[in-house]
Amino acid sequence: MDYKRKERIFEWASIIALVFVLIFLFSIALKLFIDGLHRIFDLSFYTSYPSRFPEKAGILSALVGTLYVMAGAIFWSIILGVPAGIYLEEFGGKGKVARIIEANITNLSAVPSIIYGLLALGIFVYRFKFGESILTAGLTLGLLMLPVIVVATRESLRRIPRAIREGAYALGATNYELVFHHLLPYSIGGILTGVIIAVSRAIGETAPLLTIGALTFIAFLPPPPWEDLIGMLKSPFTVLPIQIFNWVSRPQEAFHKNAAAGGFVLLVVCLLLNSLSYYIRYKVRKKYQW
Amino acid sequence: MEGNLKLKVENLDFYYGSFHALKKINMPIYEKKVTAVIGPSGCGKSTLLRCFNRMHDLYPGTRYEGAIYLYPDGINIVGKGIDPLYIRMRIGMVFQKPNPFPKSIFENVAYGLRIKGINNSKVLAERVEKALKDAALWEEVKDRLNENAYSLSGGQQQRLCIARAIAVEPEVLLFDEPTSALDPISTARIEDLIVELKDKVTIVIVTHNMQQAARISDYTAFMYLGELIEFGPTEKIFTNPDKKLTEDYITGRFG
Repeated sequence: MDYKRKERIFEWASIIALVFVLIFLFSIALKLFIDGLHRIFDLSFYTSYPSRFPEKAGILSALVGTLYVMAGAIFWSIILGVPAGIYLEEFGGKGKVARIIEANITNLSAVPSIIYGLLALGIFVYRFKFGESILTAGLTLGLLMLPVIVVATRESLRRIPRAIREGAYALGATNYELVFHHLLPYSIGGILTGVIIAVSRAIGETAPLLTIGALTFIAFLPPPPWEDLIGMLKSPFTVLPIQIFNWVSRPQEAFHKNAAAGGFVLLVVCLLLNSLSYYIRYKVRKKYQW
Repeated sequence: MEGNLKLKVENLDFYYGSFHALKKINMPIYEKKVTAVIGPSGCGKSTLLRCFNRMHDLYPGTRYEGAIYLYPDGINIVGKGIDPLYIRMRIGMVFQKPNPFPKSIFENVAYGLRIKGINNSKVLAERVEKALKDAALWEEVKDRLNENAYSLSGGQQQRLCIARAIAVEPEVLLFDEPTSALDPISTARIEDLIVELKDKVTIVIVTHNMQQAARISDYTAFMYLGELIEFGPTEKIFTNPDKKLTEDYITGRFG
């Protein structure tokens, strides 16, 4: 068989595979959209609490819960993950211990999320008595995001040429000055991209939050953090995937439509987050190039 | 034509792990002169240069023995109790490839001053202008100080790096093959600049371009396999070296 024919067969096989994947993804989105259609464009869907009556039920508390929980998760994963990544990449040395830690962090991102839920149940809920709260949920998803943030931080630091570091040191810069004047500003785009990718994964997590005791019926909003931060953190919560899960498991057809609409909202949020990460990457790449 | 001593290397040994990279180096560096270090690739010339500002401290497993005295105070640069930050504030460096920060032209030159604690914007503007003038770059960039340094050409970037180094008014300026990544015209400008700068600062330049060493230096050191083979006035090294090895290298018989 001559090589041109082989190439053409390979090309067509690849195209068919691609089309198959696209059809699959697109049909899920389309199915959710069609099923949830009349709720997606119903404003009261976004302003109502859950209800026994499917047409009165909405995602307000789940949407707000998702917002608070993700804000917590972003906070914890950044304040722990970015310094850890900087230390490992810049100052931690390159010895055997460093390699073992590196391999373990990479492996952590492959640990099933239910394990994080069990860990959080044992530590945050029972040991630290944080309860089944927004604080616990934020910490749990923060842990889940941590390995991704550490790896993203290290990779964006690795893209900064060594010559830049030497240039700063040669002028008498300290490690602190190197990190805050150079490394962080130049790598912030890559770090933010990692954060957003981690968020778009964590935002759909259900299992660990069920484990730590997320409620499925919340007919109130936590106090706003600017009025009562502690109260907000200690408040029980629900999030979008749990609300969807709850609706799907009901027998009535009308609740399934709500679930489809909720799923579509979640999909749109993920899509927006991913677009944002592309945009940031594009912007920063234009600004810092060498 | 011997002047005052600025640096004195005394029995300097340097190790990368177990690799003995510099062997018992002894040489003087005279104040406000250009000293060139030449030798074939891997002879240790860049390694020696990077001892002067303790650049090796950034990497694990490196070790100095012996001394490099910095005058007038006579402190030992590679001594145990010496803070490399203090040394790097007094001894500046320009690297092989231009390495400006991805910041504005102004901020590149101002950076060394800022980390020294100079934040008065009037003082900064004056010092930046002076440094850029001394680096023969002012006329080309005075209207675009806020543009990113990477919008400059390679040769301009290297002069910007020189401006960045001289803005903090170091006593010694180290050049590590500063023109090896540049075209001949940019190279000529950098060479002119180095000759002009020696009125203000002591210069040590590593180069693998022998003609460059002959053109711009007052003293030349020839190194081979981690050892200093010969040191002397450039004219003597290039016309009448004492050692056979030096002569062979100069005349292009190896290297």
